[in-house]
Amino acid sequence: MIGAGIVGNSMAYHLARQGWRDIVLIDKGALPNPGGSTGHASNFIFTTDHSKEMTAFTLDSVRQYKELGVFTQSGGIEVARTPERMEEFKRRLASAHSWGIEAELISPARIKELVPYIEESILLGGFYTPGVGVVDSLRAGTLMREAATEMGALTISAQTEITGIDVVDGRVTGVRTDRGNIAAETVVIACGIWSPRIARMAGASIPLTPAVHQMISVGPVPAFADTVGEITFPIVRDMDTNMYERQHGGDLEVGSYAHRPILMAPDDIPSIAESAQSPTELPFTDDDFDVQMEQALELMPEILRDERVGVRYAINGLLSLTPDGMPILGETPEVRGLWSVAAVWIKEAPGIARTVAEWMTHGTPDIDPHSSDIARFYDHHRVAAHIDARSAEGFNKTYGIVHPMEQWNSNRNVRLSPANIRQRELGAVFFEAAGWERPYWYGTNEHLVADYQKLVMPRAAEWESRWWSPIINAEHLAMRDRVGMVDLAAFAIFDITGSGALDYLQGLVVNQVDVKVGRVIYTPLLNPAGGIVADLTIIRLGRDQYRVVTGGGMGMRDKKWFTDHLPADGSVQVQDLTSALYTIGVWGPLARDLVQSVTSSDLSNAAFPFGTAQTVDIDGVRTLMSRISYVGELGWEIYAPMEQGLRLWDALWIAGQPLGVVPVGIGVYATTGRLEKGYRAHGNELELDFNLVEAGMARPNVKESDFVGKAAYVAQRATPPAAILCTLTVDDPTSASGVRRYMLGREPITTPDGGFLVDAKGRRSYATSAGSAPSIGRHVLMSYLPPEYAVEGTKLAVEYFGERYPVTVAVVGSTPIFDPENARIRT
Amino acid sequence: MIITFVEHDGGRADRSSLEALTFARRLASGLGDSLGAVLFGPEAAAAAAGLGAYGVTEAHLVDDSRLDAYAPAAWGRSLAGLVGTTSPAIVLAAGTDRGQEVLAYAAAMLDTPMAANCIEVRPGEPFEVTRQRWGGSLLEEARLDGAVRFLTIAEHATQPEEAVAPSTVRVAAFSPTLSEADLRVRVVARVAPEVGKVSLADARVVVGGGRGVGGAEAFSELEELAGLLHGAVGVSRVVTSAGWRPHSQQVGQTGTRIAPDIYIACGISGAIQHIVGCKAAKTILAINTDREAPIMSRAAYAVIGDLHSVVPALSAEIRRRQAS
Amino acid sequence: MNVLVCVKRVPETGGRVTLSSDAREIDTRYLGFTVSPHEECATEEAVRLIEANGGSSTVLTLGPEAASDQLRAAMAIGIDRAILLETDGQDWDPVSTSVAIVDAIRAEAAAGVSYDLLLFGNEAADSGDFQVAIRVALALGLPCINGVKSLAVKDGVATARREAGGGWEVFEVPLPAVLAVREGINLPRYPSVPGRLRAKKKEIERSVPVARLVGAMGPAAGPEKIRLRLPAETEGRVEILGTGAEAAPAVVDLLERIGVLAR
Repeated sequence: MIGAGIVGNSMAYHLARQGWRDIVLIDKGALPNPGGSTGHASNFIFTTDHSKEMTAFTLDSVRQYKELGVFTQSGGIEVARTPERMEEFKRRLASAHSWGIEAELISPARIKELVPYIEESILLGGFYTPGVGVVDSLRAGTLMREAATEMGALTISAQTEITGIDVVDGRVTGVRTDRGNIAAETVVIACGIWSPRIARMAGASIPLTPAVHQMISVGPVPAFADTVGEITFPIVRDMDTNMYERQHGGDLEVGSYAHRPILMAPDDIPSIAESAQSPTELPFTDDDFDVQMEQALELMPEILRDERVGVRYAINGLLSLTPDGMPILGETPEVRGLWSVAAVWIKEAPGIARTVAEWMTHGTPDIDPHSSDIARFYDHHRVAAHIDARSAEGFNKTYGIVHPMEQWNSNRNVRLSPANIRQRELGAVFFEAAGWERPYWYGTNEHLVADYQKLVMPRAAEWESRWWSPIINAEHLAMRDRVGMVDLAAFAIFDITGSGALDYLQGLVVNQVDVKVGRVIYTPLLNPAGGIVADLTIIRLGRDQYRVVTGGGMGMRDKKWFTDHLPADGSVQVQDLTSALYTIGVWGPLARDLVQSVTSSDLSNAAFPFGTAQTVDIDGVRTLMSRISYVGELGWEIYAPMEQGLRLWDALWIAGQPLGVVPVGIGVYATTGRLEKGYRAHGNELELDFNLVEAGMARPNVKESDFVGKAAYVAQRATPPAAILCTLTVDDPTSASGVRRYMLGREPITTPDGGFLVDAKGRRSYATSAGSAPSIGRHVLMSYLPPEYAVEGTKLAVEYFGERYPVTVAVVGSTPIFDPENARIRT
Repeated sequence: MIITFVEHDGGRADRSSLEALTFARRLASGLGDSLGAVLFGPEAAAAAAGLGAYGVTEAHLVDDSRLDAYAPAAWGRSLAGLVGTTSPAIVLAAGTDRGQEVLAYAAAMLDTPMAANCIEVRPGEPFEVTRQRWGGSLLEEARLDGAVRFLTIAEHATQPEEAVAPSTVRVAAFSPTLSEADLRVRVVARVAPEVGKVSLADARVVVGGGRGVGGAEAFSELEELAGLLHGAVGVSRVVTSAGWRPHSQQVGQTGTRIAPDIYIACGISGAIQHIVGCKAAKTILAINTDREAPIMSRAAYAVIGDLHSVVPALSAEIRRRQAS
Repeated sequence: MNVLVCVKRVPETGGRVTLSSDAREIDTRYLGFTVSPHEECATEEAVRLIEANGGSSTVLTLGPEAASDQLRAAMAIGIDRAILLETDGQDWDPVSTSVAIVDAIRAEAAAGVSYDLLLFGNEAADSGDFQVAIRVALALGLPCINGVKSLAVKDGVATARREAGGGWEVFEVPLPAVLAVREGINLPRYPSVPGRLRAKKKEIERSVPVARLVGAMGPAAGPEKIRLRLPAETEGRVEILGTGAEAAPAVVDLLERIGVLAR
């Protein structure tokens, strides 16, 4: 265990609890504060995050801090200076309700009652969470070290610097230090801002950057003179200025995420000896803080205008930023046995440590860490230019109002489809996925909106019209009427080959893969506890050759899952073809007519049935066509060499003109088409938290051969599900002010009178996905509902921006709400 | 000749002046030069008599009753005058308050530079010195110009050492020419330090308590020790955060910064934020059960052990000695 | 009364000092800047004198443009005016420094601003030259007291005390006078938030001092820095006085040696 900050200490403790012994905790600094970010953290914990994963980590951490006796509950108020922020608080409240956190919106007067030194006249209201508090993270670390030591599991070696990590044949074998070498089968990097440097010693990469967070501490505050202990008043987050103010003993700490992003190269961090204070407490640059000082003064004039209250401490504290704002957890894809637990803040550290320790021990963590998995990164994510650009852009969003679909501005056009040039001509609006620029809708389809008029369900409210266009719904309808072409360049594709391929895959995936060559298999993958790890399609290309096609977003994570399970005898190989193969989807009632017009192969239903794949030559391009659909239409995914992609696009496009082909964006593919068909998406409906029975994905039979998670899966099938995934329709989206509102996902599902639904496992019901279903003229939601509510026709409600909208359970289980017989696909 | 400004008390040269004389003698012997001294005050003759042991051959006694009380500018003027009549190659002094001050005046009066706190001198042309900066944590190699080189010798950089063969000291009286302006600044009184209420900020002794104290009640042990030493109690942030002591007693980055003669840190691990507040202490004594605690790298002295047994034992020992 | 306080921008060291590649400066990549602790106290003393007696305080420094940070820090705790004698950032020797300060004070006088007190730190934290105040005082014909740890100003007379041999030496000088103060004379205040914001908006008066004097170019200047080097590592070893209660006699011996054991 390298690093004795809150993360390393928590890791040592949880590994010990999981039964690990012979753990050595190394830090180059002295204990209890070795000089990393833990030592200067402001140590407060706000619990609500729109991310379910981060909230889960945080809530678990609070529970652990309480157990350790280092948590002081103070309450916390996020305050609003703008109407936009008040709206955001309503959304925040919905997230709190979805994740089961007690919170309320309060008035300026109530804020003043709780925080008497605040200037409430500049505020519009607040989001109050009574359970917010502060922790003593150094003490927590000490207690966890002590506990691990008492278990006989831990040796502590402070003031020991790592000088190298030994790797043999892609597996870690030990570490070198300035006080001797240690052989180790497993090495965990929990070094915060130093993590990239340490990982590089092993040839691995942890894409984070140290960045400055400015903080000042003013005191002595007369209002705090007679208070006892660290904190008695609620912590205030001044969201619209990206700042926080919190009592710390006799002082008030003022921190900021508003200043310009100040990044630092990991190699430029001073050593402990060189540091005037500590390596993560750099000299304060007060020019960067000027504006914040004025804003803090507005909010807390009673304290900050007091000439007797001085700025006693001011630092540029270093913390870790990542290009997507999420932690970096898990075994590094480059080196077996080398784990990263980095970019973790105080508020989530113990929960993350528990999760990673479980993951390391038996591979089945309680909390699904997929958004934080280090394996999510592609190589382009590991480049400094990307890390710096995105970390800088993300920094000022720390307290931002971030739309769920919000796109990054920096470092775009990293991965371009071969047809990108055509898509630009078609006015594509690009959203990014895994670095790919994917058309989300096409500007030249504007005319379709007029064709379909009200069927496109135009959105009057600014929030849900942001990052959205009615063109999406128009494209959807045109595809269902005629035929659409969808760019799917972002797919991750890998071939599984070798004499052991069948047995290997059979042992890895849920569904039967011993099928005829040319069959296409859709299958989930489970972990040993029966949690859902992924879902993807596999094409049997030959006796010993399979092609895996999966979403780009989690593509590299899926790849690691496959490579991790390879047999040791070398009888199976995984070859990554992601950058070699381009994919176009052609779907719609006229899809066969379109493709048939440019090939001599027989594409009739008899010759090319659903669920099969064939090699087909299209205008000089040899392609593989797979007859499946994620949008519920007749058609194919067509794979071709990347360099022939443009040729393929053009051939199909020209052939489609007489048929009225429409370019269709990912807005249809990922949302409207999918939702109408009840297709589940990983990260939305499919997570470790849910099982296949709950997801309605259990097949009538379980295949005979063993596979990862089979025992658990069989047990799940024998138990009535605690919740069942349902599709719900919004009965009336009209708000109190008469505006039609459309949910975007993650909203709490309640009884009609607002009661929260909690299943037998303690999970609350929320919208796992939400979107338009233009073909049925409704806005639809998916949600796991307790069995007593999972009954077609049940009337429920969804909370959205502080109002409840009536919804009805339309479908229980996986039956599509549109074309329930799947006639279109099989035609 | 090399002239050394010699401070003395009770008819004996101060240790730091003996250090400077030792330094000067080595310099003189390297140059084949003689070693002289200049002394002020009524006891100058007695002190000069003992300088032969250090190789001084010539002692200039500044004989002027107006100078019996310390008067820095006038002493400097006298030294400048002596330089005018004796033309030494080098004038040096110990790097004490008075040494720095008197040489600075004399050098300034003669429009000559001065190098403070030297530890090495390389005479010749150019004439180079190595001197302390940053209180000795950094050294500067510098060129020192001037017809006469003025320099002070860093205290504790040289061990005082008598000459192998003592010399005979020729004593000469020197009568300086002084103006009224030179005599404006002089010691008009000497007073003993007052004792009174001790505040944390200016206590000469601070007894510090950290997490190791364990609770609010146990601070009585620290209070007792602080009381016996006419000191104050200071605490780490952990202690105020735990509510054991008021915020006003916090020492550290966000509390009071202290500069006592001794800081007795009891059960304090030595977090950076705390160290920042107490690093100006002249001496840090740590009482801690953990030999590896960070405070150990900051402390000059340590007692390994539980403060709850060590601190009462200290109080008892102090009482015992005060009673005897 | 009018008080001028002279300060010097120095790196805020704390950890191990490293040198620039040409060994002429401290490597300040990771360091903040401040003024010497003595000068912080001198600044605080100036603010208190004006608070008590009325008048105006001015802070002056000789240094690079960046030294305006230190001038603003002084204004943030209550100094009224700031003067920057702007250099290219090279170290100035103490002779040249005092000449530049004297020139600036004479220029002030020519413009009708005279000072009753010139406050300095006893010595700069970095160069430790121990002479700038004295040279300035001599050039201006003013009395000068060094090492001041206690100050009272009344009826045109400054009574200053300094530590000597366990007691105080008391000096009295008529104003105007030069005082070089020591840390401990007061406890400098921290800047308040409004103070910092006010200081940000204040103007800094700038002038460029006459190029420094080198060697034979004028009155002998120096010492002239050639290079810096780090002293041999003296590992700060803690001396263990004993274990547990048995260490008490050794500790009390130490207290006696330090001279803090009241009898």
